[in-house]
Amino acid sequence: MSHHIVELKDVGYVYPDGTPALTGIDLTLLHGESVGLVGANGAGKSTLLRHLCGAHAPQTGRIRIGDTPVVASTLREVRRTVGMVFQDPDDQLFMPTVADDVAFGPLNIGLPPAEAAQRVDRALEQVGALHLKKRPPYRLSGGEKRAVAIATVLACAPDVLVMDEPSANLDPRSRRLLISLLRGFTHTKLLATHDLDLVLELCERTVILYQGRIMADGPTREIFADRALLDSCGLEPPLCMQDCPVCGADRIACPH
Amino acid sequence: MSIDTALLELRRLDDLAAQDTALHRLDARAKVLVTLAYLICVLSLHPYAVSRLVPFAAYPLLLALLGEIPLGVVARRAALALPFVLFVGVFNPLFDRTVQLHLGPLAVTGGMLSFSSIVLRSLLAVSTGIVLVAVTGFDQICRALGRLGMPTVFLVQLQFLYRYIFVLAAEATRMLHARELRCAPGTRPTLREYRSLLGCLLLRTLDRAGRIHQAMLCRGFQGQMPEQRPKGRFGAAEWRFCLAWGLFFLAVRIYDLPTLLGALAGGLLR
Ligand SMILES: Nc1ncnc2c1ncn2[C@@H]1O[C@H](COP(=O)(O)OP(=O)(O)OP(=O)(O)O)[C@@H](O)[C@H]1O
Ligand SMILES: [Mg+2]
Repeated sequence: MSHHIVELKDVGYVYPDGTPALTGIDLTLLHGESVGLVGANGAGKSTLLRHLCGAHAPQTGRIRIGDTPVVASTLREVRRTVGMVFQDPDDQLFMPTVADDVAFGPLNIGLPPAEAAQRVDRALEQVGALHLKKRPPYRLSGGEKRAVAIATVLACAPDVLVMDEPSANLDPRSRRLLISLLRGFTHTKLLATHDLDLVLELCERTVILYQGRIMADGPTREIFADRALLDSCGLEPPLCMQDCPVCGADRIACPH
Repeated sequence: MSIDTALLELRRLDDLAAQDTALHRLDARAKVLVTLAYLICVLSLHPYAVSRLVPFAAYPLLLALLGEIPLGVVARRAALALPFVLFVGVFNPLFDRTVQLHLGPLAVTGGMLSFSSIVLRSLLAVSTGIVLVAVTGFDQICRALGRLGMPTVFLVQLQFLYRYIFVLAAEATRMLHARELRCAPGTRPTLREYRSLLGCLLLRTLDRAGRIHQAMLCRGFQGQMPEQRPKGRFGAAEWRFCLAWGLFFLAVRIYDLPTLLGALAGGLLR
């Protein structure tokens, strides 16, 4: 297996209605790396992620996952390597029960039902949702849905985890659980999110997207410390790096 | 009834289908076949034959009883179909005025007979369908149809139809809520509003359906729903079920059971 697991070269994409969403994206993810993809609303994060699971084909440039170029004929293989967690868990949960939903992927790749059932239990246990197994997904809370959605992807045993806004709609407790859950994974991860604090905790590397272009790519702490850069990309520093809300002093020096 | 409650009612059937009774465990194919035979028998009866429909009520009733389906649940859903049925049959009494029989002083016309027969037959058919879903589950019914030879394309269509009804309804509820919040309380949408709401609903549903389809593709969907449960077997219990009901349907379809019983009772009294 090559060391570069995800490689985008000069990728560009314009939506059919003429909206340019991505321009000249060069991005390489290494094995086991955890990368945060941040950017203001409409920066093109979701569009970029959709390229990685083959939902969009790049109009210019090329994409490789492992040793496989992403083209129409390799999509099946690519989709087994890349596990995508969608922004809205409701889009991802469509079977009558949680167990059916988590089993969907494994059964589709042809695993015998007994083995698929094992994977279901394992994946649900990993996300701490084994007790939800028999429930219908539409009756779960937002956080439970998110956990199950992650389980559906884990059950397919992907090498790369791609997540769109994993912490959206989660209460602080569920968010905390999600963070510790993600930290436990050894997968290569790409997390698109507005939650810069989450990026700070989970990703050693950050990519900033602004109007469809990559504006910065480097160590998370350095990037988040660059106020001018964040400001020019329409972002604000993570809360834990902002000045103290009580006395206005620099966080590090502040007594609060 | 609002969309939310209608949706809830549909889902209630799924809950009931998850029960575990002997009837639920029966292979879905047996239940589907018998129900098809039942519908053919009921729908092919002569339009004036109202009393002959009565013995046919045994099938949905017994099924509900064996499957522990509360009759109230069935009745509530069947009632939803009533307005449509009434509308279809309502002109019959006006058109067909030939007198068919006399009940004491009341002259019963052919139109009145066929009207009541339409209503009764539709109610029987609808409640049987509801009971079938409640003792089998929509998913299992689809699979049974597939194993009975229905082409996969139609099958997947049917399964998607059922899945997306919920998506569509959820989307519609959200939009109606959003509208309500911005309107004077109690005002109904005007025709114009309905038009743009519907257009919007269509686009949003298409969008969402597209995203769900993407999510399915990402997890290896290849045009066929995978099956986790072991395939049922068409064993002795299934044959017994089919034979027993088949004979019963034949009997009540060929012989006019209520009249025969009436004559018998009359003979005994005399
Ligand atoms: N289906 C579409 N058709 C046309 N333009 C689109 C479509 N989806 C997104 N866009 C446009 O593409 C650009 C990038 O959108 P994208 O959804 O990738 O942004 P994002 O970074 O995910 O934003 P957010 O943080 O709000 O989720 C935006 O300008 C958006 O208006
Ligand atoms: Mg997005």
